[in-house]
Amino acid sequence: MDNQVQVSEAALAVAKKQASLSYRIKRNKESYIMLAPYFILFFFFTVLPVVMSIFFSFTYYNMLEMPEFIGWKNYIKLFLEDDIFLKSLKNTMILAVITGPVSYMLCLLFAWIINEFKGWLRAFLTLIFYAPSICGNAYVVWTLILSGDRYGYLNGFLMDWGILDEAIIWMKTEKYVLPMLIVVQLWLSLGTGFLSFIAGLQTVDKSLYEAAALDGVKNRWQELWYVTLPAMKPQLMFGAVMQITQSFAIADVSIQLAGNPSVNYSGATVVTHLLDYGTVRFEMGYASAIATVLFLLMVGSNLLVQKVLRRVGE
Amino acid sequence: MKKQNETMKPKKRLFKRRAKRLNRSMAGNTLLFVLMAICGVAMVLPLVMVINNCLKPLDELYQFPPKIFVRNPTLENFTDLFTLMNNSWVPFSRYILNTIIITGGGMVGHVLIASMAAYPLAKHNFPGKKILFQMVVLSMMFSWTVTQTPQYMIISWLHINNTYWALILPACSFGMGLYLMKQFMEQLPDSLMESARLDGASEFHIFWKIVMPNVKPAWLTLAIFQFQQMWGNTGSTFLRDEQLKPLQYSLQQIAAGGAARAGAAAAVTFIIAAVPITFFLICQKNVLETMTSSGMKD
Repeated sequence: MDNQVQVSEAALAVAKKQASLSYRIKRNKESYIMLAPYFILFFFFTVLPVVMSIFFSFTYYNMLEMPEFIGWKNYIKLFLEDDIFLKSLKNTMILAVITGPVSYMLCLLFAWIINEFKGWLRAFLTLIFYAPSICGNAYVVWTLILSGDRYGYLNGFLMDWGILDEAIIWMKTEKYVLPMLIVVQLWLSLGTGFLSFIAGLQTVDKSLYEAAALDGVKNRWQELWYVTLPAMKPQLMFGAVMQITQSFAIADVSIQLAGNPSVNYSGATVVTHLLDYGTVRFEMGYASAIATVLFLLMVGSNLLVQKVLRRVGE
Repeated sequence: MKKQNETMKPKKRLFKRRAKRLNRSMAGNTLLFVLMAICGVAMVLPLVMVINNCLKPLDELYQFPPKIFVRNPTLENFTDLFTLMNNSWVPFSRYILNTIIITGGGMVGHVLIASMAAYPLAKHNFPGKKILFQMVVLSMMFSWTVTQTPQYMIISWLHINNTYWALILPACSFGMGLYLMKQFMEQLPDSLMESARLDGASEFHIFWKIVMPNVKPAWLTLAIFQFQQMWGNTGSTFLRDEQLKPLQYSLQQIAAGGAARAGAAAAVTFIIAAVPITFFLICQKNVLETMTSSGMKD
């Protein structure tokens, strides 16, 4: 009896030692060595700049003089005095809530269809759908289509068919700006998420499909929901994060098509507002405060989306 | 097991397992492919325009209303561009060399060190793992426009301003690559690594010989993203010397020459798009089934 107690105490001591932090760090030395090159660079070029930006958001900083600490003033000004910020926040929310989920679904749908093909044909189809992201001139297409005179393609067609009597200056008319931005953004959005889904579908174990067919999965839609999606959950999570960072940061489309500032700020988004302060007025403190608010917004929606994604395939 | 499967595969086919593919109906196929065709036409427009524009003679480029398709194709724009290239201040081959160093360094470096860090994050259990990973994910949500200023300060402090490193090192530390690689590595079955560990292989050996070949679709995709990112970088924020600047910079300078250079500019747009597209096609073709054989997964 005594002996038994002694043994378990000795085991306890070993277990304690193994549970201690320094032991676990030492035992995983190899892991840390593999992490080191990336995380050293990551610290210098990403973590430090982000921390500094958050610090600047509590200062008045014009990039010439030393930053001057002003506490919460930037944030108070943002929410209480800056009407344009509130408008741009509203626009961003509308754009993100609509384009985010829709373009996520589109990425998934097209990746899934393309996955039925093989070899060069598949590479070519992927290219066709990825073209707006890789061509670099994507906006030119839309400036031609949405051009405000009767030579713009959209105006031309609508007048030909007798729907319109005279040309509409699409991107200078307040009520059309946001809907048009949504259309263009959706068209542009088969990017990072799309390619990672294409790659993700490749890693789904094909034997799962055969097993599922035996288990009574009847058609491709059931197969998608019960087999494919659960098997590629890591990619779905990745795609969601990329989608969030994309749809909350919409700015280029708006600047190229509607201008910055746009008519009555109808196309203003949080990032166009940020660019206005950061690169035009050189008020880095204020711009940093905008970036911090946007950051919190994205983190919040990320938590929400990850919660939803956990239920896929249930 | 794997080898056997490979030899059993039928030769070239348009559709995978066309005849006896499970759970595929003809009606469903037709519906989806019609949908694909309609959307495909809309998506491919910018590509069609780039190709047509670079073949248009000057008068067609300024035609009003603009036409998408070229009527009298010519290669004039490219000869114009090559003349301009020969007259450049720094020999043009220098720009090409710079681009190869910057794009190659940023791409290979990022893919390697991000994958190497992703492996322990996905498959090892050590203190601090969750925090490190969360930091990477969160870092992607902070606006890049704002962090550029502090980043510039840090690069000055490190005295790597006006060197290739100022572009390559930050590119190596992007968050997306690590996240992507980690997500794919998570899917690998643990047994794959366990057997190698029993044979006494080091973790680095396992990473290089077992993990990386099995996540080939992932790092090929990451290489595409990173190539595109690096190729589009003009480097004008961190590079002062003309001798260090990449091709993208000089091409954009040529394209910015106004109406007189509209033809050359169209040719530039074509080249700027054609290089990543070529790289993309080569990589995409190789994003083929790697883990498909059931022998790999138990």
